[in-house]
Amino acid sequence: MITTTGTATTTVTTTGAAIAARGLRKSFGEKTVLDGIDLTVQQGTILALLGPNGAGKTTAVHLLTTYLRPDAGEIRIAGQDPAQNPQAVRRAIGVTGQFSAVDGYLTGRENLMLMADLHLLPKKAGRRRAEELLDRFELTEAGDKPAQTYSGGMKRKLDLAMTLVGNPTVIFLDEPTTGLDPRSRRTMWDIIRGLVAEGTTILLTTQYLDEADELADRVAVLDGGRIVAEGTPAELKARIPGGHIELAFADRAELDAAAMVLAATACDDEALTLQLAGDDRISTLRALLRQLDDASVKAESLTVHTPDLDDVFFGLTGKKGA
Amino acid sequence: MAATGLNTGDTRSRALVHARIMLRRNLRHMQRYPSLTLMIMLMPLVFLLLFVYIFGGTLGSGLGGGMPAGVHGGRAAYADYVAPAIILMAVAAAAQGTAIAVAQDMTEGIIGRFRTMAVARSSVLTGHFVGATIQTLIGVAVVTAAALAVGFRPHANVAEWLAAFGVVLLLTFAVTWLCVGLGLSAKSVETASNSPMFLILLPFLGSGFVPTSSLPAGVRWFAEYQPFTPVNETLRGLLTGTKIGDNLIITIAWCVGVAVLSYVWSRRLYEREPKPL
Repeated sequence: MITTTGTATTTVTTTGAAIAARGLRKSFGEKTVLDGIDLTVQQGTILALLGPNGAGKTTAVHLLTTYLRPDAGEIRIAGQDPAQNPQAVRRAIGVTGQFSAVDGYLTGRENLMLMADLHLLPKKAGRRRAEELLDRFELTEAGDKPAQTYSGGMKRKLDLAMTLVGNPTVIFLDEPTTGLDPRSRRTMWDIIRGLVAEGTTILLTTQYLDEADELADRVAVLDGGRIVAEGTPAELKARIPGGHIELAFADRAELDAAAMVLAATACDDEALTLQLAGDDRISTLRALLRQLDDASVKAESLTVHTPDLDDVFFGLTGKKGA
Repeated sequence: MAATGLNTGDTRSRALVHARIMLRRNLRHMQRYPSLTLMIMLMPLVFLLLFVYIFGGTLGSGLGGGMPAGVHGGRAAYADYVAPAIILMAVAAAAQGTAIAVAQDMTEGIIGRFRTMAVARSSVLTGHFVGATIQTLIGVAVVTAAALAVGFRPHANVAEWLAAFGVVLLLTFAVTWLCVGLGLSAKSVETASNSPMFLILLPFLGSGFVPTSSLPAGVRWFAEYQPFTPVNETLRGLLTGTKIGDNLIITIAWCVGVAVLSYVWSRRLYEREPKPL
């Protein structure tokens, strides 16, 4: 089931929801960045807020984390209303923003201790927590170096470690893997999965469909300040018409022969390619190859095109995405 | 396990604890990167040497009625005359460093993190203010010691020294809060470094380096009414025995006024909605 959301919904549902928002609006001057969005994240699950640059993802995180105040709309985080009691919300959440929020002059260990002190942990418990997190994020060796000497991936890990010092029940991650190399990205994914396994609720923003697919229980697609679709990754992908198979041929005769027997959606005479609706399931491919064999048509190569963010946007909004 | 400590203690004591944590953070920055501290100390020292050893011989002979009791012209007289102004300059130079440090800190992502944590709002600024005050007083101590070394001969008793310290502290409060505000309002670190410049120029346009009576009419009018002149006259009076008159009252009024307004301004700047990153 896919529910497109808008201003029509009635109340903020808080039952079992760690994050609930209704009708969030935010403008900066003339520019409307969020135009009434609704979000619900059930406890212990991950919601991915998917969208291109400028869709309003970061602003949404800023509103939900008390960094900015919404122009309109209602928010409940862990049952608390940030408009009434921002400090109670801040006590429940952890935020890792898009730009590293570490103190570059302090060492990794000192950064973690700073967080422990601000959370009013007793000295001993704070030190234990810092060591535990350094170890978990493989930063023990770099623990006594100033954070400004860290690589991008290390900074991001330290940033997340600092977020975890206070054991938040709700975590916001704004593009946690943007700019990370593939290995660091995998590590970050593992860490995020581990957090949810422990019962933490996570809202993360991403530009990557594969990341949402990999991690999220539900995905909300944000475009131009509105949620244009929401559902499980499978539900969304089913709605995206972007998946197709492309066949390339050696010459015009083969191409024409293939076009006779296959239900092509597009035919490119110049590039000698055919496009067909289809996906990457073995059964689909086997059936297609059998069809070609039966007609004695020889194809040079076959490419399966899986839906990506562009397709999501094209499919859901009718315009090109990022 | 982490959340347990959060419910203990009332808001006020938590604000105090957080302010102390922020102060420690700022002191650690200063200690780890002492170049800014050294730079702001160097300037008043250079001016001290310049004015005592290069201009001092001539300027000292030209001192009129503004001369401290028992001093008769020359370099020694000028060292006594200019030392209080150099001390004020040390305060102003340190305040410039404060504006730079605050502006720089505001560009750091960690300030954004503090805003989404249950951290007492005032603690970031209090940490900067107290840290800057400590840094300023160290600078003042160094500059005073240097002035003594190059021939400054104050004849103040303990009470006068304490009062002089009080005046310096009061001025420090005023210019530090002013520069915290300038640092917060600056759009870039460069602006924050330039905007407090006037504080360093003001002692020149007053009674700090030459008696105001020797200035042309328009400048003299400005010199007599600008805040650094009464502060300078009070400090000079306490340390070298010149006449103070109503300068002490005017000094207190200026410093308290600027400190309070700047404090309110700074808090408001910090609490306004941050720009989206």
